[in-house]
Amino acid sequence: MLIYLRKRIVSSALPLVVVIVGVFALARMTGNPASLYLPLNATQQMRDDFTARNGLDQPLLVQMADYFGGVLRLDFGQSLRTGQDAAAMALRAFPATLQLAATTMVLAVVLALVVGCWAALKPNGIADRISSFISMAAASIPDFWLAIVGIWIFAITLGWLPTSGVSGASAWVLPIATLLLRPFGVLVQIVRGSMVSALSEPYIKLARSRGAGELRVVTHHALRNAAAPALTVAGDLTVGLVNGAVVVETIFGWPGIGKLMIDSILQRDFAVLQAAVLLTAVAIFALNILIDMGYALLDARVRPVTVKA
Amino acid sequence: MKTAAEQAPATAAAHAGTSAAQAKAHDVVLQVQDLAVDIRTHRGTIRAVNSVAFEARAGETLALLGESGCGKSMTAKALAGIMDPVCDLADGQIVLNGTDLAALTPKERLKFAGPELGIVFQDALTALNPVYTVGTQLGEAFRIHRGLNAKQARLEAIDLMKRVGIPEPESRVNSYPHQFSGGMRQRILIAMAVALNPSLLIADEPTTALDVTVQAQIMQLLRTLREEGQMAVILITHDLAVVAEEADSVAVMYAGNVVESGPVAEVFADPRHPYTKGLLESVPVHLERGAELNSIPGSPPELHDIPPGCVYQSRCPMVQAICRAERPALRPVTPPVSGAGAADGAGLTPAQDSRAITPISAEGRPVRAAACHFSEEISNG
Repeated sequence: MLIYLRKRIVSSALPLVVVIVGVFALARMTGNPASLYLPLNATQQMRDDFTARNGLDQPLLVQMADYFGGVLRLDFGQSLRTGQDAAAMALRAFPATLQLAATTMVLAVVLALVVGCWAALKPNGIADRISSFISMAAASIPDFWLAIVGIWIFAITLGWLPTSGVSGASAWVLPIATLLLRPFGVLVQIVRGSMVSALSEPYIKLARSRGAGELRVVTHHALRNAAAPALTVAGDLTVGLVNGAVVVETIFGWPGIGKLMIDSILQRDFAVLQAAVLLTAVAIFALNILIDMGYALLDARVRPVTVKA
Repeated sequence: MKTAAEQAPATAAAHAGTSAAQAKAHDVVLQVQDLAVDIRTHRGTIRAVNSVAFEARAGETLALLGESGCGKSMTAKALAGIMDPVCDLADGQIVLNGTDLAALTPKERLKFAGPELGIVFQDALTALNPVYTVGTQLGEAFRIHRGLNAKQARLEAIDLMKRVGIPEPESRVNSYPHQFSGGMRQRILIAMAVALNPSLLIADEPTTALDVTVQAQIMQLLRTLREEGQMAVILITHDLAVVAEEADSVAVMYAGNVVESGPVAEVFADPRHPYTKGLLESVPVHLERGAELNSIPGSPPELHDIPPGCVYQSRCPMVQAICRAERPALRPVTPPVSGAGAADGAGLTPAQDSRAITPISAEGRPVRAAACHFSEEISNG
């Protein structure tokens, strides 16, 4: 397992380099930060000084080489906006997003398992139809629309929840509800589908013939077989949450990595943007490795072959 | 910790003890009457199994013989209470050791699934759960019905693996189904079915997916277990040779109906239903090279379109007007005038089992029965 893990980490390095190069080049296409950070009546001399001071006068390849040199020394540069260490800013913002994403995914997975199994017990039954309607609706509603409607109803009209911020538990409700809906809807359909097919397998019949009751059949025999597709999709949806986080964190003023990215793009704060993207990419790679290990945990047939001593 | 050698006799004795208390040889363990199973389809309800009746006796094998789609597997699933969701038990009694399983709720039936009745499927790979070790699956019955913990259940699983002849059970108990060969998987399946020494074992084409050598080993294992536990075995098969070798009595099924039943030797020597006769004549033995194989012309009727009258009328060489009008009931037929010897005509040699060949109605043996208006005329005797 350790050998496998090391292989995976090493093989992740190249895609990470590609990500950095891409973000590096794209960020610089947004324009010169000088026009944002200097007063409107700044002279050409001031602009050239600013550009030179931040190394932006060098050819792109040289800038990139400098940056990679820094990354290897774990120096990710400074923020143009605040002058702080870019990596520190990204790391500070990350936990807020992680909390939001983790809570959302745990809730989505648990709810989807319950609803999906319930629906799968009787295909085309009443429970199946209700859950299919709910999950279709949940998967189709755009998150930015839901966020704004949610704010309007629960924060402005009813006044039950705050419009934004991170003060207290009530501030979590709207961001999580917004993020939750799509993963929940998609996962219900995946769980339902794979449970229906698992429940029709001969080994389920055989388990019943040994006296296993309905609950045991569903939770013990079918669910573990049905879990792999759900795990794949849950991983993909978690990555998608980063996307959702940009929207949701911006709308709800949540001080996470999504908001940091948007702010950095708007401010042409290249170093911070790169650090934030790199951190997110690393997190996604780690997540994928975890998911692959999850498969192996669920099903012995996909475990990496280990040579016995 | 006892050694394996010390444990083995103790285990065998324990098994023998349980089974002796359960049933004496030839006692009727299972009595099925008027069994009917409906399938709900988009085109309406069809009757897949119709007024099926048979008995299974302790220490004996009853073969359910028939071609694909004749309802034999459906019957097995109905007996075991594991029918597909679109199937309904429409009618009948399934009396197992005095309890009518058909009258129980699904929840009540779970108490019988395992301790009283075990089932073995055809394809052992899909019948075993791929994500659990065989030890976990073998031990499950003990955890459910005897409340053992994981450790005790694992020991029972190892015992079972020994019983069905799986080498190195102590290490193999932690292996997954895909790490076993087809024959070993079938052994595991059988071990699972006999785990709690049930009085009835249903084997649904247990050797169809296996090669011939392994088939023989599996049939031998089933025979040994049957004798050890005085189990009644219902063997579902389409293989006439397997029936001749393994079974004591046979029920021939066609289009959801039992068309003929009785002791194997008698049925094969002297078939009383044109379908049984046709089946036996289609076995390729004693044929000249190049000669045409005998077969029954036509194909079984579609289940949603079974005509009134006899189910076999469309393929029967001796069909009469009454066959199209009236469905013959499964009724006792007179025993043959002369018993043995006629087997030559069928080309199959029934098991050399004196008990089965002796005329037996005095001992309460299963009577010959056939569902044909003209069963007396068909007799070879």
